[in-house]
Amino acid sequence: MKIQEADAKSLLLAQGMPVPPWEVARTPAEAGAAAERAIAAGADSVVVKAQVLVGGRGKAGGVKLAGSAAEAEAVAAGILGMDIRGITVRKVLVSAAADIVKEFYLSAVVDRASRRILLIGSAEGGVEIEHVAEHNPDAITYLRADPIRGLLDHQARRFAFAMGLGAHWKEGAAIARGAVRTMLANDADLVEINPLAIVRETGPDGAVAERLVCLDAKITLDDSALPRHPELETLRDPDEEDPADRAAREAGIAFIKLDGTIGCMVNGAGLAMTTMDLVKRAGGEPANFLDIGGGARADKVAAAMRLILADPKVVAILVNIFGGITRGDEVARGLIEARSVQERDVPMVVRIVGTNAAAAARLLTEARFETAATLDEAAAKAVAAARAAAKVAARVAGSPA
Amino acid sequence: MSILIGRDTRLVVQGITGREGEFHARAMVEYGTPLVAGVTPGKGGQRVLDGRVPVFDTVHDAVRETGANTSCIFVPAAGAPDAVMEAVDAGIGTIFCITEGIPALDMIPVVESVRAAGARLIGPNCPGATSPGRAKVGIIPGSVHREGRVGVVSRSGTLTYEAVQAMTDAGLGQSTCVGIGGDPIVGTTFLDVLQLFANDPETGAIVLIGEIGGAAEEQAAEWAGQHLRDVPMAAFIAGRTAPEGKRMGHAGAIISGNAGTAASKVEALETAGIRVAGSPTELPALLRAAGLAG
Repeated sequence: MKIQEADAKSLLLAQGMPVPPWEVARTPAEAGAAAERAIAAGADSVVVKAQVLVGGRGKAGGVKLAGSAAEAEAVAAGILGMDIRGITVRKVLVSAAADIVKEFYLSAVVDRASRRILLIGSAEGGVEIEHVAEHNPDAITYLRADPIRGLLDHQARRFAFAMGLGAHWKEGAAIARGAVRTMLANDADLVEINPLAIVRETGPDGAVAERLVCLDAKITLDDSALPRHPELETLRDPDEEDPADRAAREAGIAFIKLDGTIGCMVNGAGLAMTTMDLVKRAGGEPANFLDIGGGARADKVAAAMRLILADPKVVAILVNIFGGITRGDEVARGLIEARSVQERDVPMVVRIVGTNAAAAARLLTEARFETAATLDEAAAKAVAAARAAAKVAARVAGSPA
Repeated sequence: MSILIGRDTRLVVQGITGREGEFHARAMVEYGTPLVAGVTPGKGGQRVLDGRVPVFDTVHDAVRETGANTSCIFVPAAGAPDAVMEAVDAGIGTIFCITEGIPALDMIPVVESVRAAGARLIGPNCPGATSPGRAKVGIIPGSVHREGRVGVVSRSGTLTYEAVQAMTDAGLGQSTCVGIGGDPIVGTTFLDVLQLFANDPETGAIVLIGEIGGAAEEQAAEWAGQHLRDVPMAAFIAGRTAPEGKRMGHAGAIISGNAGTAASKVEALETAGIRVAGSPTELPALLRAAGLAG
């Protein structure tokens, strides 16, 4: 699960990390008031940042500076409601604009290859680390935390020096430890601070000091661990979760909507991806990834059917079940039941093999479902059905009223 | 011989009195797997599967009383990492963890402890392994198999059944089929299994079934290109149509930026001289084209 910058900053703050103060605003007036408070506290100007879960918000115009409360309100009015890569902006973060001396990059990730927590650091901050990895790989320093004892103090120090933090090594080592602590405390699979920056700050007495702070934060949480973090469930953004995604999550179905016309219902993630691939190979476009999981019963099949049919672009459905734990006859009963109540009828091609496949075949034949023996055949039939449906639709659309 | 499991396997099922545990334990016994014990804390002294299998409170008891050397874990996610550690502590050498949904960070110290103890963990979130005609550990339906010389290694469950069924239908039997699991952190990698197959005299060809996410397929391909040039191989990669940044069901199946794509895996395999099928049904023909007789 991805969470927004403001929530990620809260999780960092909870671990004692240095994060400059911010406020979240839902209206231009709230943003203006937040800017007023920041300016009253000594800021020359503020930054207003769109809170969305997609990257590239800066390029999309979702991050702007403002020199006064009135300007912040105007800037926020432009950002709120803006569409960034298909997501409508409903919240902005307002904070004092930092006087940046130098930007760095620091992240902790769960590294699959080494099977350890991997710290990644660079003196080239403020840009995507993938870009640095491609153009200047030597500018990146890596450190793997001990798998049993965690990140040791000397490791964190070595990392901070290697990152080029110089005089700020002590703060850097503390932030590296804090990033790992944040990861462990919340079961995150990514904690990214970019930029981590040396900023110049003027105290109330006029004294100027430099310190290392987390200016932006991105955290993704391990979905498998959410059951033991009920407090993090509130960070799920209802504005950004598609109704279909929510319905799928609540039904325990892995579902990802795509752009095509052929709905897919499959048991098993690898087989579900393969089914999509074979639809494409047969000349069609899959409308979704859908894994009903192992041992699915009739009610789950019905829920999956509703999810697929809720997409108006779907003109044909391919059901592919390889029964292991899942019993083919259960799925067949679920399909028959779902079809009897569904509001929209689209051609369906069903392939059920494995456990109780013979019983499934009898049920499907009686109910006059179109069936297929192999996955390749099922994909070809579903693509043919989708093409026929598209032709009918074109004829209807083209016929005189 | 086969790999990981075989005639000398003495299996203990952890979580044998649960719904999944009992259902699959029965299928394993029916397949002929030497299942010698079950473990459920608090149910020691009972017998399950029509009285055929004794249940113990601890894995230590099961090992002492029955000589169990292999474990299959059906314990729910919250207790599964500890179940792996219990098996390691009791001296079990080969541990299959079927459990899905274990947080990745929980597995990091577990995988390291298994390694330090010299044991082997397969999974988690895996379907197990079958050596046709000898033993099956896990949840792969026995009916898809036939005895033979093809070693199969895969990150998936039902996709593995699909590919194995295609081979069985084409008359190509298997030496061992191993599902390594769909999670980001797993105990045994593609490369580990390829190395086991390379040393198995009964394995004469290899099928690798990968999917998007991570770089384990690329790593395995590179090794195979150097060490398995004379072994007929074929591969399949799921997720050519998967979008970037979305987790495709398996916790580990995600394309991050341009890392972990199907295209990158296909390219690495083909560079290593391994042909990649467009559909699982094409695997038998590719194996034969690569030199597998039969």
